[in-house]
Amino acid sequence: MLANILKGAAASAALAITMTSPARAVDLQFYFPVAVGGGAAEVIQSLTDEYLEENPDVNIDAVYAGTYQDTITKVITAARGGNAPQLSVALAVDMFTLLDEGLILSFDDFITTEEDRAWLDSFYPAFMENSQTGGKTYGIPFQRSTPVLYWNKEAFAEAGLDPETPPANWEEMVEMGKALTRKDDSGNVEQWGVRIPTSGFPYWLFQGLTTQNDVILANSDGNETNFDDPAVVEALEYLVSLSTEHGVMEPGIVEWGATPKAFFEGQTAMMWTTTGNLTNVRDNAPFDFGVAMLPAHKRRGAPTGGGNFYLFEGSSDEELAAAVDFIKWITGPEQSAKWTMATGYVAPRPATWETDTMKAYAEEFPAVLVARDQLEHAVAELSTYENQRITQIFNDALAAAITGEKPADEALAEAQAQADAILAAYR
Amino acid sequence: MLSRQWIHGWLLLLPALAFIFLFTHIPAITTIWNSFQSTPRGRRPSQFVGLDNYERLIGDPVFWKVLVNNLWFALGTIPVSIALSIAMALFVNRAFAGRSLVRMAYFTPTVLPLIAVANIWLFFYTPGFGLIDQVLGAFGRGQSNLLGSPDTALGAIIVVSIWKEAGFFMIFYLAALQAIPPQLAEAARIEGAGGWTIFRRITFPMMMPTTLFVSVNAVINAFRLVDHIFILTGGGPDNASSLLLYYIYETSFRFWDTAYGATLTVVMLALLGLFAIGQFFLFDRKVHYK
Repeated sequence: MLANILKGAAASAALAITMTSPARAVDLQFYFPVAVGGGAAEVIQSLTDEYLEENPDVNIDAVYAGTYQDTITKVITAARGGNAPQLSVALAVDMFTLLDEGLILSFDDFITTEEDRAWLDSFYPAFMENSQTGGKTYGIPFQRSTPVLYWNKEAFAEAGLDPETPPANWEEMVEMGKALTRKDDSGNVEQWGVRIPTSGFPYWLFQGLTTQNDVILANSDGNETNFDDPAVVEALEYLVSLSTEHGVMEPGIVEWGATPKAFFEGQTAMMWTTTGNLTNVRDNAPFDFGVAMLPAHKRRGAPTGGGNFYLFEGSSDEELAAAVDFIKWITGPEQSAKWTMATGYVAPRPATWETDTMKAYAEEFPAVLVARDQLEHAVAELSTYENQRITQIFNDALAAAITGEKPADEALAEAQAQADAILAAYR
Repeated sequence: MLSRQWIHGWLLLLPALAFIFLFTHIPAITTIWNSFQSTPRGRRPSQFVGLDNYERLIGDPVFWKVLVNNLWFALGTIPVSIALSIAMALFVNRAFAGRSLVRMAYFTPTVLPLIAVANIWLFFYTPGFGLIDQVLGAFGRGQSNLLGSPDTALGAIIVVSIWKEAGFFMIFYLAALQAIPPQLAEAARIEGAGGWTIFRRITFPMMMPTTLFVSVNAVINAFRLVDHIFILTGGGPDNASSLLLYYIYETSFRFWDTAYGATLTVVMLALLGLFAIGQFFLFDRKVHYK
């Protein structure tokens, strides 16, 4: 009896051993945030599982860590407690912050072969601007985006405009906006011309305007800002004039989150928002819509946005090499195509757009190409040391000007002085 | 013998004491200590800086703005939510059809998580197609942007807090009302006292211990409830709706300026301590315990 039980136990133990995956040589932890709707987390999990099947000697624990903000908080907390993950996706603009905390490693140390070097050079340069500093690469573009203009073709036709032609420059956006702004008998606006959301992180879309006005907000060392440049003031005055002078945009702070809904409801005929909303708009807009590059002024321009892969200090070389191998794989053309189709993020390497999958998708839905083509005109997203605080100072200045509390030049001069005081320590 | 009792006493106290020290006193002392240090950055360890953080605090316009906001927030939420909760308690203390339903309706906001509540209110406040604008639109009023304008953002936050809090305080007042012997009111009525006199002379004084308890809670809540700010405004526009605790969170966990975050926390601890002492020592004399 006892012998039988023992035998049974031994058999099930043996079974358990064969059932568990073969001993993994390397254990990795990977944090990722999700910032868009849909099944982004499932896609990352399934991609990770696919990699594990191909690479039985590696184990990767993919941890969904919340929003970008939550992820960076968790990563920094874990690293301070000595439990940093080997790799994580986090905002590209947090590069300087992570460097300053001494938490991240450059990818150059893991680049050994010609092939590796070619891979590192194969990303769109616009995305690499936020990923490199001092000649070294600290981030690998993954879930990257850029803002685009969406327009309601039916509203354009009703207003007597050509439904196939979006505004090409600032003046046209105002003119078309005036034609599109519709009021009821008592003078209340039923449909606004354009909507550039300004809540939460107004600096991002505003950076579209400053880039079009041919000015850069921060240097590539991340220790100098140009908030009080006359061209920045001019861009802010243009943004404010859309509601005050021209009356084509809702006054006050315009909510980011409600923007797609306002577009679907016909509250606005044009909106500026991230290309990450593309799949959302495609699924929910009850009318024919178009996607265009942001209008130009002195030049075309837009910021990039979104998250990069980072490598963290505090692991063995073997683990880090495995992490780099995983990053190489997941940014590969086929994997990247899956990711782009599921979310709307811009695939960060030209090779992805050459795959048959991606070509077929673009043929069926050409709007996905707009964001990619805009990359040629795109610049680095505002990123400095103590990035969150500097952008908050800038956001506060923008909000003060938009709500009419301060004139644009005064608000921006104050923001520049505050930013200077903080960044002086990094020069 | 005495020493044995003494050991027993301390052993019985130990678990509670350990937790209080671990989670309250030690962190508080660490916070005070951190406020005299600089923030460690990866390449620069923290060092003793004396009162530098406090000097910076005095010169920080955002700190003064959130402090003033917080005082307005307290003034806006505490009296109104207490008055409202007394009114609601008096109303549902009477017998009428559907009383349980009304009680439940009043209490529901307390049960809901503040984040969920904030998302509901976000829809109410949305310009154009939000509930408030749709109702006002029916009367020919134009769009409003309550959360997006610095004049109204804090007010909009205050309304949500009152809505959330009043039902919770109502429960305490309801319990207090039911503990008041009905003979008192009956005797007063025989003497010819009206409803208002009975409330002013009997009901309200009899509820004073509850009012003390509720007002201490309301003051703490005025400094503690910031969850909805994350959803509704993010402290904006230009810090118009930011409160002290929200600023502490931003400083410590978004800007990672932990030393300055600790300094702000010390101010908050001192403020709350002052309020609590003031309430217990001044208010206590007017409270009639049975």
